[in-house]
Amino acid sequence: MAETATTALKETPLAAVHRALGARMVPFSGYSMPVQYPTGILAEHKQVRTAAGLFDVSHMGPSFLTLKQRSGDGDADHAAVAAILETLTPGEIKGLKPGQIRYTLLLNESGGIVDDLMVARPADPDWSGTLYIVVNAGTKDADFALIQAAAGDQAELRRSDDCGLLALQGPDAAAVMRTIAPAATDVGFMTYGSFDWQGGKLLVSRSGYTGEDGFEILVSPDLTVALWQRLLEDGRVRPIGLGARDSLRLEAGLPLYGHDIDATTSLVEADLGFTLGKRRRAEGGFPGFERIRRELAAGPVRKRVGLVPEGKAPARDGAAILDDLGRRIGVVTSGGYGATVGGPIAMGYVETAFAAPGTRVAIDVRGKALPAAVTALPFVPHRYHRKPA
Amino acid sequence: MTTRYTRDHEWIRLDGDTAVLGISQYAQEQLGDVVFVELPEPGKKLGKGDVAAVVESVKAASEVYTPVAGEVAAVNTALADTPAIVNASPEGEGWFIRLKLADPRDLDALMDAAAYAAFVETL
Repeated sequence: MAETATTALKETPLAAVHRALGARMVPFSGYSMPVQYPTGILAEHKQVRTAAGLFDVSHMGPSFLTLKQRSGDGDADHAAVAAILETLTPGEIKGLKPGQIRYTLLLNESGGIVDDLMVARPADPDWSGTLYIVVNAGTKDADFALIQAAAGDQAELRRSDDCGLLALQGPDAAAVMRTIAPAATDVGFMTYGSFDWQGGKLLVSRSGYTGEDGFEILVSPDLTVALWQRLLEDGRVRPIGLGARDSLRLEAGLPLYGHDIDATTSLVEADLGFTLGKRRRAEGGFPGFERIRRELAAGPVRKRVGLVPEGKAPARDGAAILDDLGRRIGVVTSGGYGATVGGPIAMGYVETAFAAPGTRVAIDVRGKALPAAVTALPFVPHRYHRKPA
Repeated sequence: MTTRYTRDHEWIRLDGDTAVLGISQYAQEQLGDVVFVELPEPGKKLGKGDVAAVVESVKAASEVYTPVAGEVAAVNTALADTPAIVNASPEGEGWFIRLKLADPRDLDALMDAAAYAAFVETL
């Protein structure tokens, strides 16, 4: 993670609230953010798996890309703004239904990943010709410049990263949300809508980064503290820091940009083939298409996998993965302790010949070759709220 | 016996003919939940400043150094199954190793509890 010690750290609208709660604040992607509250990371992790947790993720990059000239035909306007983003991503953006969210990737010319992001089509026809886009904190300035450059004079990207962005996650999240904006609980996984609250608007997405059911809520700066306090008044909800956010997403098998995916990894290697739309796979028209087509045909040289070390020692980012002769066959990109699994877990890249679940490997932890097994992801099954079709 | 402290937040206390080494209350608060402690083999000879153990929290691995030279006489085997003792009782049940010191007078150069408390105040 990019930590900037020399430049002044930015703060979210909730910085003072975190300090009052006793949070330990750390530099993260240029922001001062809570890594944990006094209960600690393990308790916070379990809170999200068993009840509900509230995260401040206002350091991330919510934004809106809007056509400058709309035709008034909702589908045509959506297709026009989606076409801009499709020049940068392999995702099926044109095919988004009103209210639908898609996880996608910004790619570079060599098919590497510049960032991973969420892109959504507004449900309200009045908002046709706009995309709601949320990118990562550490990459947002570069991402926004890239998207605006692709849009040229056709569309304008408006940053909303001065707003609050809260994540409410866990099996009790929907019951809690029902007390805030009942209609928001009608939306299924990977859809979103706009809902009235306290004289303002909440953009509520059924999405998250924990593997649990939950919501991500964009709220205006002036209502952010009130919404946070209101959610925490509910006895089922506790505040959760970035430490547990990381261990929860690792158990859920979700990649972290800059660690598990970066400018050198392809979506095929990263096992993110689901982000490649069927039409996009046939037509191309996005950066790095040649590499991705080649890897799909011939197979990638390396693949992202889950790893379960034997014993109790965690294997961390950067640890070498070895075969039974001690030859280096890959590297750990995320690793730590899975509180729900109850032991160490990791994610990394191995040569494709070693990528099958069950393959025995070793991980070099401080000079010792610790036995580990390649495993399918996620480590903990997802519990998303999918509505029946 | 007097407990001595280091600027890296280890503590060491002479107890009979060996010294017990662990990490301070401040260190355990900073680390957060401890999930694994890697301990040396008994009999291992450690020089002043050598890595005596590695403590793994949920977030990161941290090295624990011995401020004095000696030979590992025993390790706290209870940490293997219950590493959380380090959080619950860092300066008691959560000790790491017992060292047979090369020269017990080496301890005199370290901070006492009052000096260490004053040092922590400056952090």
